[in-house]
Amino acid sequence: MSATKTKERKIVISPVTRVEGHGKVTIRLDEKGKVDQARFHIVEFRGFERFAQGRFYWEMPVIIQRLCGICPVSHHLAAAKATDLIVGVDQLSPTAEKMRRLMHLGQTFQSHALHFFHLASPDLLLGFDADPKIRNVIGVALKHPDLVKMAILMRKYGQEVIKATAGKKVHGTAAIPGGINKNLSVPERDELKKDIGQMLEWSVAGLNLLKKFYHDDIKRMSGFAAFDSNHLSIVAPDGRFDLYDGNLRAKDAAGKLIFDQVKNADYYKVIQEEVRSWSYMKFPFIKSLGPEKGWYRVGPLARVNNCDYMDAPLAEKERQEFMKLGEGRLVNATMAYHWARLIELLYSAEKIQELLNDKDLQGTELVREARHRGHPRRDQQEPVGSGARRAQEGHRPDAGVVGGGAQLIEEVLPRRHQAHVRLRRLRLQPPLHRGPGRPLRLV
Amino acid sequence: MGKVKVATTAMTSCFGCHMSILDIDERLLDLIELVEFDKSPIDDIKEFTGPVDVGIIEGGVSNDENLEVIRSFRKHCKILISIGECAIEGGIPAMRNAVPLKECLEEAYLKGPTVYNPKGRIPDDPDIPMLMNKVYPVHEVVKVDYFMPGCPPPADQIWAVLTALLTGKPIELPYEFIKKD
Repeated sequence: MSATKTKERKIVISPVTRVEGHGKVTIRLDEKGKVDQARFHIVEFRGFERFAQGRFYWEMPVIIQRLCGICPVSHHLAAAKATDLIVGVDQLSPTAEKMRRLMHLGQTFQSHALHFFHLASPDLLLGFDADPKIRNVIGVALKHPDLVKMAILMRKYGQEVIKATAGKKVHGTAAIPGGINKNLSVPERDELKKDIGQMLEWSVAGLNLLKKFYHDDIKRMSGFAAFDSNHLSIVAPDGRFDLYDGNLRAKDAAGKLIFDQVKNADYYKVIQEEVRSWSYMKFPFIKSLGPEKGWYRVGPLARVNNCDYMDAPLAEKERQEFMKLGEGRLVNATMAYHWARLIELLYSAEKIQELLNDKDLQGTELVREARHRGHPRRDQQEPVGSGARRAQEGHRPDAGVVGGGAQLIEEVLPRRHQAHVRLRRLRLQPPLHRGPGRPLRLV
Repeated sequence: MGKVKVATTAMTSCFGCHMSILDIDERLLDLIELVEFDKSPIDDIKEFTGPVDVGIIEGGVSNDENLEVIRSFRKHCKILISIGECAIEGGIPAMRNAVPLKECLEEAYLKGPTVYNPKGRIPDDPDIPMLMNKVYPVHEVVKVDYFMPGCPPPADQIWAVLTALLTGKPIELPYEFIKKD
């Protein structure tokens, strides 16, 4: 990476590329040229927290996913899960849940392949000290064309899984409140089945490549930027590794539980975010430990460290081998992120294969209706405007706005936010009918 | 003739258009035979090395740093292309134009359910960009030559535009290449 020195003896690296996001690094040096302060700044502010308010809840899965075009599926599904709560659907149909899970696995597969091969491999394949002009994915493509072709095809496969489940490769539209708007057709399934064997094979090859790098340079790999930290992730109720849904678990560097099985909707009870003047990103920390000691790692390393087991045989074997690196504690080497990420890549390939053989994905129960709690259910009314199309998909435009959903909102949101939710509920009227084919206006 | 030089950047956006560029998949290998990337997150080059033929801009303009980047792109690039909704009309980030910026900042840094901010301070360090009151599309700031619509534009559209530019042949854009969600 190129760096420029200024008179104030400050080194600036901007933009930071080969990360998924907008970043900048500043390093200040004292008179002796020693590092006085090093900061990683997130330079982007957009204001989703505010401008998403007052919008229709069913817009959330498509608005919120625009947070990130590299991992849109994660945000698409997180927002869809929140709207499931609003419409009062506790349990999706098997088809809807498995479609969403498959979509997310496609995302993990493509994003992990991108991260390892496109973003990280230049340092490993061309060397940490290679000329920055060639130390990039194009440099790798010119030197190792076969490897890059494999990387491209792996990412492509993940993107094809997303397209088949979400409707589009980037920013799909399939997850909707209470379910999904498509199933996996037989031709789509057969197309994906053709290449999954190859993908599994390549996932194993990628992992073996990394393990070789790691062992050949074990001192640097286990020592570079290694530091103890807490780890936070979701796990299933029985401690199983899960990417789509689960409860919060936090462990310290030694592997001791800080908390476990906290409902994900209760996140605000255990996590806070500190605001600092020099980054638009907040600094999350575990409430009980405070801002100085409560910071934690997330992502592949934390997830693999935290879970009790993986329900995918090849990945589970790899996980057990990986955990030995920690010698009884959790693995706290930063470079081990790559290793954990490739275990997740293998896990994703295995689970994609499993789901492609699951007939539930061709099921036809896509959306479940809201169950109203505590209030009598309104009679079916004539659907209006764009609601008509949604109603045909089994979704009532007013479902969840009145009645049960409200109760749930109060369970999941802190009290200080309830007044605001009540205000928002008033604005959530279904659109007026302006005659056939005419544009709709909000009330 | 040397290779055509291409620069790309992502401003106030989600990187989804760059992902769609990567979605041309195997054709990427053909592309790097035809073009040489200059300043771009794809190859890590952070400053222009000289004049460039084609500049591809993702994202709108929402802060002083974006402004600097976009002016430098216009200065260095013969042809400037806006890619995706954020560059063309501000996109989702421009939803904040309907709300005073102060409210957006207060929600994120003072009022959010998990915020810990004992000093009540909103990020203001000189090392992070200063925000503008509104988010602007690129062509309201500098002249833009071509627009690739979509959120993001499908990879086939991107490939059609790039090959038309590289070969000088007229561009063909069937409905599937430009239709939205």
